[in-house]
Amino acid sequence: MGVAGNGRPAQAVPLQLHQGAPRSGALGLLLTKVANWGRKSSLWPMTFGLACCAIEMMAASASRYDLARFGAEVFRASPRQADLMIVSGRVARKMAPVLRQLYDQMPEPKWVIAMGDCASCGGVFSNYTIVQGVDRIVPVDIYVPGCPPRPEALIEAIVKLQEKIARGEPSAAEQARLAAAAVRAGV
Amino acid sequence: MTLERSTRDDTLILNVGPQHPSTHGVLRIVLELDGETIVRAEPVIGYLHTGFEKEYERRTYLQAVTLTDRMDYLSTLINNLGYALAVEKLFDLEVPPRARVLRVLLAELTRINSHLVWLGTTALELGAMSVFLYCMRERELIMDLNEMISGARMMTSYIRPGGLTMDIPEGFIGKVEEFLRLMPCRIQEYEDLLRDNELWIERNRGIGVLPAETALALGVTGPILRASGVAWDLRKAMPYSGYEEYDFDICVQTDADCYARYRVRVDEMRESLKIIRQALDRLPDGPVVTDDRKVAPPPRHELALSMEALIHHFKLFTEGMKPPAGEVYAAVESPRGELGFYVVSDGSGKPYRIHVRAPSFANLQVLAAIAPGHLVADLIAITASLDPVMGDVDR
Amino acid sequence: MAKSVHPAIPKLEPLVGPVAATQAHGETTIAVPADRIRNAALLLRDDSELDYSQLADLTAVDRLDLDEQPRFLIVYHLLSHRRRERLRLHVPLPDDDPAIASVVAVWPTADWFEREVYDLFGIRFVGHPNLRRIILSDDWEGHPLRKDYPIGIEDVAFTHTVGRIQPQQVDLP
Ligand code: SF4
Repeated sequence: MGVAGNGRPAQAVPLQLHQGAPRSGALGLLLTKVANWGRKSSLWPMTFGLACCAIEMMAASASRYDLARFGAEVFRASPRQADLMIVSGRVARKMAPVLRQLYDQMPEPKWVIAMGDCASCGGVFSNYTIVQGVDRIVPVDIYVPGCPPRPEALIEAIVKLQEKIARGEPSAAEQARLAAAAVRAGV
Repeated sequence: MTLERSTRDDTLILNVGPQHPSTHGVLRIVLELDGETIVRAEPVIGYLHTGFEKEYERRTYLQAVTLTDRMDYLSTLINNLGYALAVEKLFDLEVPPRARVLRVLLAELTRINSHLVWLGTTALELGAMSVFLYCMRERELIMDLNEMISGARMMTSYIRPGGLTMDIPEGFIGKVEEFLRLMPCRIQEYEDLLRDNELWIERNRGIGVLPAETALALGVTGPILRASGVAWDLRKAMPYSGYEEYDFDICVQTDADCYARYRVRVDEMRESLKIIRQALDRLPDGPVVTDDRKVAPPPRHELALSMEALIHHFKLFTEGMKPPAGEVYAAVESPRGELGFYVVSDGSGKPYRIHVRAPSFANLQVLAAIAPGHLVADLIAITASLDPVMGDVDR
Repeated sequence: MAKSVHPAIPKLEPLVGPVAATQAHGETTIAVPADRIRNAALLLRDDSELDYSQLADLTAVDRLDLDEQPRFLIVYHLLSHRRRERLRLHVPLPDDDPAIASVVAVWPTADWFEREVYDLFGIRFVGHPNLRRIILSDDWEGHPLRKDYPIGIEDVAFTHTVGRIQPQQVDLP
């Protein structure tokens, strides 16, 4: 079972805490570390069930697999209280704007897991209505293969994401913003 | 859009979904409210439209099996069964007795699985977290069984036109026996938690009453219809796959409210256990796929010995099975009602058209009829009691 | 095989003219002309001997690739609870601006089914109370289940295809 990263080179850019936070120096680094530790240990996913994969997402949070062991079980119904979007299932074109709006409503920093083949690349459906990968709408941090992925696979994805956060890597959203800024600056 | 405009000037429009924790997936409901009371409820669907019916047209008949799994993802094996029955009808084909019995056994396991997920999520939506955890615990047992037979937990594609993919593995029967031993007291556990629970009764009794005439006129089938007092079950009324040989009851309730629907589903789990028991007792030996070489591939060992087998194998996997031109409609009783497959063949290796009569699609229509007059909070109980699976509704 | 005449046929004939009935795989199919569908539906539902109280399914077939005329076929699957019997109705419809009388007044369940056929096939149901798209968004162009509508295969962007294909952006409003 493999969980693929998004293929972009990882940059060791420490996350900004917020606007006024110190960005360098021993204290700054320590603060960043503490913040990242906090973020990693309390991921709040959004309850965002789309299709079949959502059932396995439920299974991951329920009795046998118990996502709570990894500190990511507080499913929030409102995007405003969540920092992890698990896109669990196929995204129809009618759903795409809704999904994007929900994503935009999530506060920063935020991460996205594309759960299942459909969310990653369209899966077995290549037709007029299915978006061929949710990364065409929102920046994705982790892709989980499988149709549906087993709950263990989802758990591994979450653990991978936690490692990524702990390393201080920028989220896919951040990278997309940096890339856009670079384009604007003419780099 | 008229949908979002009030019909009166003292009412309020409230949009529920498509992302809402309590709508069973991506269902959107536009509500018109007078204070807390629902005046009008209009379900808006299509947020999970996957284009299945178009997708079928470019698959071979065998490839199409995998798509049926993904439609109503809570009753995967029953979808397989409905599709397989339709294709077999085109061929006028009988499957071996062992396959028939195993199909019934697996279909009933799937029914329990689906009702478990329904019970768990409904209880969760109405605030009873522990029932959810209990139900998911038992669901894992069924997932284990699925994994044994096919290697996959949900999308098994195990029932195929012509029979089954392969025979059940060693130890499967023992596991099912264990499941049968365990399940009755587990169902009792859910009942202990809910049946006489004041809150559960308060939220469900008298809510969403659906009179039998309305239900019939709106094409409602399955547990919802039976909760309205109509003893209609395709397994009894128009038996398929040998259901007429099993002894079980149709679960009927007369109150026609959310509580009655809960009772019907829980009782159905018990009946399913009865059917599984009988299936185990009568499971005959023998092959599980038809020996019609135009439908199912020859067994592996024949390939090395017989040129004919090799040709059949080659033909089957390059061109697929080719049912004679014609059209059929085959319906099965899914956990949500009548699941029908209308298959049109033009004699080629790919279906010309497959239409799926999705039970949730017809059932969801009644929401507009029964929600008005209730409080907003009751909408959750009503929607949940209709058990729509959006993959099934939108296809 | 000796075919027994389906009980619906003698009753329908005075109403809709000669009907063609076929029997295959144990199912009966009756073809009804489009302008008579309302009358036929009422008769099939209300006649105590026929009693097709439920419309189980309503859909359409685009026969473009079958080279049959006329192009569209509306298919009704009726169900009689009391007699435990099914009946299929075929109603052929021509290519240009296909339209047929709605049966919502006969079987209310037809509401969504007709909207679905309207949405995916572009067949109008005259007299339908609320004929709007149901599955696709309101601004969708075309009717996907028509045979001349492309399925719309899209190349998928993988690491090894970077640069070779252009992933399309989804248009967000
Ligand atoms: S990846 Fe498979 S299981 Fe997941 S939504 Fe797609 S079809 Fe369903």
